[in-house]
Amino acid sequence: MRGATRVRWAVGVTVVALTAAACGGGDSGGGGSSGGSGGGIVRASWGDPQNPLEPANTTEVQGGKVLDMIFRGLKFYNPKTAKAENMVADSITTTDSQNFDIKLKSGWTFSNGEPVTSDSFIDAWNYDTQLKNAQLNASFFQYIDGYDKVHPDAPGAKASAATLSGLTKVSDTEFKVRLNQKFALFPDTLGYAAFDPLPKAFFTNRSAWLAKPIGNGPYQISSYTKGSKMELKKWDGYKGPDPAQNGGVELRVYTDNNTAYTDLQAGNIDLVDDIPVSQLRNVKADLGSRYINQPAGIIQTIAFPLYSPRWSSANAAKVRQGLSMAINRDQITKQIFEDTRTPASDWTSPVLGDAGGFKKGLCGDECTYNADKAKQLISQGGGLPGGHITITYNADTGSHKEWIDAVCNSINNALGNNKACVGAPVGTFADFRNRITNKQLNDPFRAGWQMDYPLIQDFLQPQYFTGASSNDSHYSSPTFDSLVNQANAAGSTSESVSKFQDAEKQLVKDMPAIPLWYQNGSAGYSSNLSNVALNPFSVPVYNEIKVS
Amino acid sequence: MGRYVIRRLLQMIPVFIGSTFLIFFMVYALGDPVAALFGDRAPDPATAAQIRNELHLNDPLWKQYLLYMKNIFSGDFGTAFNGQSVTSLMGSAFPVTIRLTIVAIIFEIIIGITLGVITGMRRGKPVDTGVLLLTLIVISVPTFVTGYVLQYLFGVQLKWTAPSVSPEAPFNELILPGLVLALVSLAYVTRLTRTSIAENTRADYLRTAVAKGLPRRRIIIRHLLRNSLIPVVTFIGTDVGFLMGGAIVTERIFNIHGVGFQLYQGILRNNAPTVVGFVTILVLVFLLANLLVDLLYAVLDPRIRYA
Repeated sequence: MRGATRVRWAVGVTVVALTAAACGGGDSGGGGSSGGSGGGIVRASWGDPQNPLEPANTTEVQGGKVLDMIFRGLKFYNPKTAKAENMVADSITTTDSQNFDIKLKSGWTFSNGEPVTSDSFIDAWNYDTQLKNAQLNASFFQYIDGYDKVHPDAPGAKASAATLSGLTKVSDTEFKVRLNQKFALFPDTLGYAAFDPLPKAFFTNRSAWLAKPIGNGPYQISSYTKGSKMELKKWDGYKGPDPAQNGGVELRVYTDNNTAYTDLQAGNIDLVDDIPVSQLRNVKADLGSRYINQPAGIIQTIAFPLYSPRWSSANAAKVRQGLSMAINRDQITKQIFEDTRTPASDWTSPVLGDAGGFKKGLCGDECTYNADKAKQLISQGGGLPGGHITITYNADTGSHKEWIDAVCNSINNALGNNKACVGAPVGTFADFRNRITNKQLNDPFRAGWQMDYPLIQDFLQPQYFTGASSNDSHYSSPTFDSLVNQANAAGSTSESVSKFQDAEKQLVKDMPAIPLWYQNGSAGYSSNLSNVALNPFSVPVYNEIKVS
Repeated sequence: MGRYVIRRLLQMIPVFIGSTFLIFFMVYALGDPVAALFGDRAPDPATAAQIRNELHLNDPLWKQYLLYMKNIFSGDFGTAFNGQSVTSLMGSAFPVTIRLTIVAIIFEIIIGITLGVITGMRRGKPVDTGVLLLTLIVISVPTFVTGYVLQYLFGVQLKWTAPSVSPEAPFNELILPGLVLALVSLAYVTRLTRTSIAENTRADYLRTAVAKGLPRRRIIIRHLLRNSLIPVVTFIGTDVGFLMGGAIVTERIFNIHGVGFQLYQGILRNNAPTVVGFVTILVLVFLLANLLVDLLYAVLDPRIRYA
């Protein structure tokens, strides 16, 4: 009977092993309330948000989508025109571009019944700024007076105040904001999610709130299984002018946009807002008019490390201009991106519109392909530093390799030198960002900028102002800086915009970053849906979607 | 036997500590995760310092590792960047992956061994050549190709099943992904079984059994198969660990939110607690699966004894 004992032993160990595995398991939770198709629910693709869903802690678009649905701030960007319009704010007035008087509309509430008052904003903004809360978007509050006390910049420094001194409550429906500098476009920045109000429920029990966020937008969250899906339903108590046109939205997490696209073809999902590059050739045949491809507030550039001796000389600007002229943008956007990118001719984005500061062709010849001129400029500037350059990119997300190789190819062809430019991949995005922030790169690198709010200021100041938060090139130009300061202090929006454009012209001369193309947003939807559109941030306007 | 098992379990402790340290070290070497949290924006130094402090990233590596191990033994595997504890990630991911692995292993055993026996018994016949050719094709085509093709065929064209798996991932939705995951191993199992069977059909004890006039079914199952399964069991045992950790591709294609998905995201976001935690569990699974295989040897072949 030895065999039998052995079997029993083996079974015993198996049981132990399985129990151990089950300990790791536990309850997967998640109710099976699928609800099925129809019923006015939009089933849409989603990605797992990187950070907890707090307004000031969300830096990427997936979390931003949800905040867009469940929150409304003082201002709201019109999904069609990108213009900042009053939402919760009744009026925002100033006489000196530095002190602002904000009046709220009455009657707004959060979906738990709490009224939206000036405290909802003041408390939220204070919380978002406080250093101990380590909110990733804290720097958006930097223009408010007292920011440096609540959020000192040096690592390790202690906060000397808990609240922003620039915020004063007048009444439940009015508060004043004092800035630490003139900033004419400040009211227009208030549509950004970081400035959303927060209910008391957030401060009393933050972890419960994070498990199921409560806001004041057209939707409320009915269930949220982190990492797999979120169900939102229309909130009937919504006070704004743009209530949901459908019964709700179900967001499903996809790891692979190819799978989401296949699911759309199989009728398993209604809306996919990221068409995989490999399907761009087929998408028109597959979806016909149910495919959207329109400009978004994203620009791709190649930035130069101006701190490196290779690029800091006065002549190097000529080389950079030459490189810009050596890139055949039309060909690359057509062949690699199937026209889902538009060749760039300035440093902003078409979504701003002409009134908002977009100016086609502002860069002029310097951003137009011209191989002969390119060669000439580069040799005038003393040639490529060391005879060749690399373009660094992260290889883990996006299909950067393809276009970087194409850009290098274009440069090599223009210069008639096969070794002039090569791509230099970095394994992960985290590592890539580290090298940039630690100034470890000595050659150009890819850079992308997705606007936070549709303003020309957001395209220029954070990236090119001396010492600004995203000035990865460490570009510094007194002319540019003084024009930006003048623009911020300007009395009217149009005056401000034209000053910003003057500043932008300085970028043509110095070329700290080569504008490549404006990225489009793309989406596809099933025949169940109608009235689908993308807003300037390339996020679907969920509340306008109609379900048949 | 009992002693043997205890000795093996004890041996797992240094392996466990060593492997967790290696993984911890490797994830650490990937670099600082904080910069990526801010997207394309440069981190504001004070917030970044605050986050680094909370994550103990300023401490030396050995101190971080000790802290991590201390937390592990109190059941705390740390927190992912989205605020979820790693244990809760495991709680949702492992059951899904275990189900997927079970489906895949069942396919391997049923189809793989059956095909192996048939081809082994009929060496050189058209069935044998046909199956061999088929396994060759399966082995040479990468998983993501078979995955996408089968998904499109059954999900979009024939509409037999949904192309992706729902978050709850019940067994019936995992049949196609399980098959895709099993395909390559299945081909190996077929080939291994075939060779082993072919070898043993010539063995003395088998000739004796035939000469004794035993029924054919009994000869094959009792005598031939039992002795031929040892290499196959070894393969399947190690494959359990491989299938659980290596399902990244399959899980991505079918949108299954299992271990592969969490690992992939952990690596992309440089989140050490997620990666180390999941890999640690996978190491344990691997060790236990190997122990099981060794014990199964004794069941299959009475000549093998453990003391």
